Amino acid sequence: MKKLIFAAFVALLSWAGAQEQGGSMVVTYKDDIATLDPAIGYDWQNWSIIKSMFDGLMDYEPGTTKLVPHLAESYSVSEDGKTYTFKLRSGVKFHNGREMTADDVKYSLERTLNPDTRSPGQGFFLVISGAQDFIDGNAGEVSGIKVLDAATVEITLDAPDASFLHRMAINFSYIVPKEAIEQFGEDFGRNPVGTGAFMLKDWQLGQQLTIERFPDYFETGLPYLDEISFQVGVEPTVALLRLQRGEVDILGDGIPPAQFVDIFNDEANQELIAYGPQLQTGYLTMNVTLAPFDNVKVRQAVNMAINKDRIVRIINGRATPANQVLPPLMPGYDDSYSGYAYDVEGAKALLAEAGFADGFATILYANNTDPNPRIAQSIQQDLAAIGISAELRTQAQSTVIEAGGTEGDEGAPMIWSGGMAWIADYPDPNNFYWPILGCAGAVPGGWNWAWYCNEDLEAKAAEADAMVQTDQEEARLALWKNIYGQIMADAPWVPIFNETRYTMHSARLGGDNNIFIDPIHIPVNYDHVFIK
Amino acid sequence: MTLIASTPSRPSTWRSLRRNPAAMFGLIVVLLVILIALFAPLLAPKNPAEQFFEGLTLEGSPLSPNQDFWLGTDLLGRDLLSRLIYGARISLLVGLIANGAALLIGTLLGSLAGYFGGALAKIIMRFTDIMMAFPALLLAIALSAILRPSLWIVAMVIALVNWVQVARVVYAQTLSLAESEFVTAANALGAGNGRIMFRHLFPHLLPTMLVYGTLGISTTVLLEATLSFLGVGVQPPTPSWGGIINESQSYFLTAPWLVFFPGSAILLTAVSFNLLGDGLREALDPKLRR
Amino acid sequence: MFLRYIVSRLLQTALVILGVVTISFFITNLVPADPARLIAGRLATAETVENIRSQLGLDRPLVEQYWRYLQRLFQGDLGRSYQQRTEVKTLLLSRLPATLQLSLGAIVFELLIGIPLGILAALEFGKFWDKAIMVLAFIGVSAPQFALGLILLYLFAYLWNMFPLGGYGSIHHLILPALTLGISGAGWYARMMRSSLLDVMNADYVRTGVAKGLGRSKVIFKHALRNAVLPVIAMIGLDIGLLMGGVVVVESVFAWPGIGQLAWQAIQIVDIPIIMGTVLLTAGFIVLGNLLADLLYPLADPRLRYG
Repeated sequence: MKKLIFAAFVALLSWAGAQEQGGSMVVTYKDDIATLDPAIGYDWQNWSIIKSMFDGLMDYEPGTTKLVPHLAESYSVSEDGKTYTFKLRSGVKFHNGREMTADDVKYSLERTLNPDTRSPGQGFFLVISGAQDFIDGNAGEVSGIKVLDAATVEITLDAPDASFLHRMAINFSYIVPKEAIEQFGEDFGRNPVGTGAFMLKDWQLGQQLTIERFPDYFETGLPYLDEISFQVGVEPTVALLRLQRGEVDILGDGIPPAQFVDIFNDEANQELIAYGPQLQTGYLTMNVTLAPFDNVKVRQAVNMAINKDRIVRIINGRATPANQVLPPLMPGYDDSYSGYAYDVEGAKALLAEAGFADGFATILYANNTDPNPRIAQSIQQDLAAIGISAELRTQAQSTVIEAGGTEGDEGAPMIWSGGMAWIADYPDPNNFYWPILGCAGAVPGGWNWAWYCNEDLEAKAAEADAMVQTDQEEARLALWKNIYGQIMADAPWVPIFNETRYTMHSARLGGDNNIFIDPIHIPVNYDHVFIK
Repeated sequence: MTLIASTPSRPSTWRSLRRNPAAMFGLIVVLLVILIALFAPLLAPKNPAEQFFEGLTLEGSPLSPNQDFWLGTDLLGRDLLSRLIYGARISLLVGLIANGAALLIGTLLGSLAGYFGGALAKIIMRFTDIMMAFPALLLAIALSAILRPSLWIVAMVIALVNWVQVARVVYAQTLSLAESEFVTAANALGAGNGRIMFRHLFPHLLPTMLVYGTLGISTTVLLEATLSFLGVGVQPPTPSWGGIINESQSYFLTAPWLVFFPGSAILLTAVSFNLLGDGLREALDPKLRR
Repeated sequence: MFLRYIVSRLLQTALVILGVVTISFFITNLVPADPARLIAGRLATAETVENIRSQLGLDRPLVEQYWRYLQRLFQGDLGRSYQQRTEVKTLLLSRLPATLQLSLGAIVFELLIGIPLGILAALEFGKFWDKAIMVLAFIGVSAPQFALGLILLYLFAYLWNMFPLGGYGSIHHLILPALTLGISGAGWYARMMRSSLLDVMNADYVRTGVAKGLGRSKVIFKHALRNAVLPVIAMIGLDIGLLMGGVVVVESVFAWPGIGQLAWQAIQIVDIPIIMGTVLLTAGFIVLGNLLADLLYPLADPRLRYG
């Protein structure tokens, strides 16, 4: 698999080398683009645009999940895995013309950590030494981030963390210029200034955002396009028709479900549709602190009761049934694990063994936007088949999230996760553990809606994350496989499906297939597409 | 459009209603919908909640009307006709509860304000001003977000939005009644406020309540459908006409019947209650019969 | 006299707005969801969430929050969106043109369809066309907008390719959503126009005119119609507000980037400053519309006096 991706990458590079720059494209979205502040933006509309306007110390090889230094020229990790030294690339300029220095790196990370920024990414960097003191106001700076010279930054962690380099590749760590933040204040998100391949040209709120090539971008030859326009307020169906007429190049919201079958089966579209897996798992949580879900047999019975094939059919086959927590694309995915088979009779027997031969009544929460109420109703019917009568509560996502984080009987016994914007932040197995299956998330207001907290696994997870050296990687992934295997045995979740990404683009748009389904950039990697 | 009461004599009301073909059409459809709702289990060809395996194509698309599923299936493979038939229950039930509550609140507050006047009337009528200035739909959406949506809650939310109209009409009418001779006379004879309100006022308000009770159901049916369409109405899998359209929305270009049939059911029911209500209004108020 | 009337009406209007603000403030703050948690993200500690709550003032007693909101409101400050960090004022202003365009488009359809039908019904009073039009008016009033919108889209945009399938931009984009929104109003205008014209036709001067031997149609078109249309036109004020309050559905069906969509998305993520801002703006249009109607009505009918 890895070799294949690498070969594809080499092919891409040689292709890219011959590629000329120029041209522009149009991308459509139904919803508005909320903000382009990298410390704040956390929607799938702005996530990828921010990646093209800002840069972090680390990044991924285009179209893959392989980490590479980016604004950093190189880095080194200390023996104990706690200290990272980043050597910065020289001559990197911000859109305002100023050269980026190590001070900007420190400033940007501290800005994300600063409580006044109210960044949803703050939690990713708490592992840095002195971060908590800084947040609490006990220190004026983060002691663990040291500027050694204008081109060298040293970051010290409280404990070794194998995913730290991934954290330096997510948007929340991207470098911003202090003077622009001070100039625009809270409106920085509307006046973004970064080091990225594209810079802001024009923004008509609620209608259109245009970004243009940053001529001084440090990666020579990139980006290919001169300009990208994002049109918002475009219904996906309209976007599709306009793409067929040649007015639109990328469908930001994907192919509309009703047209999917026709479009996908049409020979003429074969060249225009790229598809591949996504770093996503749709799952059903069972609150292990609430009876009868405190009984592992009940949870296993539910795992056997759900007809995942039918659910996949309901969403037109745009996913594959899941049997474990991690999606197949994620390192640490266990190919040899087969999960719980769909077995209604077996589920009934298990339920009877647990003392619920006559079933029981419970409540299932779900987000109220299509297709989630439909998926929840399908789950509801499957539960009814083994005697569990689940009352549905389909509500706004904020209400569901609140119920999920509420302790005790007032909380949610079951939640269908769809529509709650859960796509992995970075391609490392620990991203599915700490926030949504670890003990830290199983608190009031947390995101571990199963309230699953296993001290034993918690220790193993910490052990795995302490394996930071390259030669430990295999052992680390094996440990994570083991952890997720035990989680599946405990069955706090029913993994339902992994979404497949289908990206449709216009015929004039070129780029490697991987670029159109880049696991990190959704919908596409804007820096690497070009006009043929 | 207030009704100045003359105690109605029923036979004449009925006679004038019968001469009005539009109102009769409304009445017949309303009765039909009531019958469908009452006998839904007998009429529905299939279980409205069952997601049939053969109700979807292999690619997961709904079926168009065919021999097995007369009006086709929805996106979960359920029988649309059966869901529409059961949906009549939800529409009517919410209509009756919501409108009944709105009528009760509206009549009570309107007549209190009209009869006692003074500061009480000022407060109540100012409050109706505020309610009138509220974007009704946003209010209903916000309320359904706070409260757990169930049939009763949806009905109460609608009632909270809809009572204002009734209160204003009843207020105006009570105001003129309070000055009328028979109330003044009763007052002079020493009848208490309660007795006057119940014995003399309410009977004269009845025709108005009847008219608004009928017209209001139309508004209620529409509002329930709208809330369900926005996903904040009656909870699935309860079949609600608006809810069916909500679930089918993304498919309307390839499966327009999923919008057309429930949409027609909503329209037909709402029109019928309106026609009947309007007929009643004309029948009860001879002045309108030009 | 007139001035005093205006001042007192404006005062009343301000009071009504204050009432709307008060009620909606308490309702939105009762929503069982914590905006701070949604801002803080998945990895946030309880401490961080608490910190955000205190920054946004959400940890204060509700009454105090309310008081602070009012104070800012009086200074013209609607606050900033929790999620987008942009000023609510900026967001509202960016959405207002789309919603105004839609509402005005709807009014054009209401008048274009409603008034001629109302006139025809009145002229044909009691005959077939009168009855047919009145039934039609009820159908318009009773049509569920979301289904109507989808069906119009299916027919005119998808099958017959006459209009775009939704979205915002040219006059072409406006027609279907405005028609959807205008159809129920057209029903009301038809009824109003009919009864207004019937009133005028029964008035003395028209009867006298007809009795004097001036042709019936001449009297109607020269005199009656003008007088009958004015009170109907005065209702437009009322209408603007009603339309603005009801655009959520049509905007969502047609992907119209207006106030309704903004409000709907804000409700999903409890972005309270935006919710408050949209309610306030809509309520403002409703009361101003009412005011306009009240002021126009007496102008249309000189027999009414300001009192």
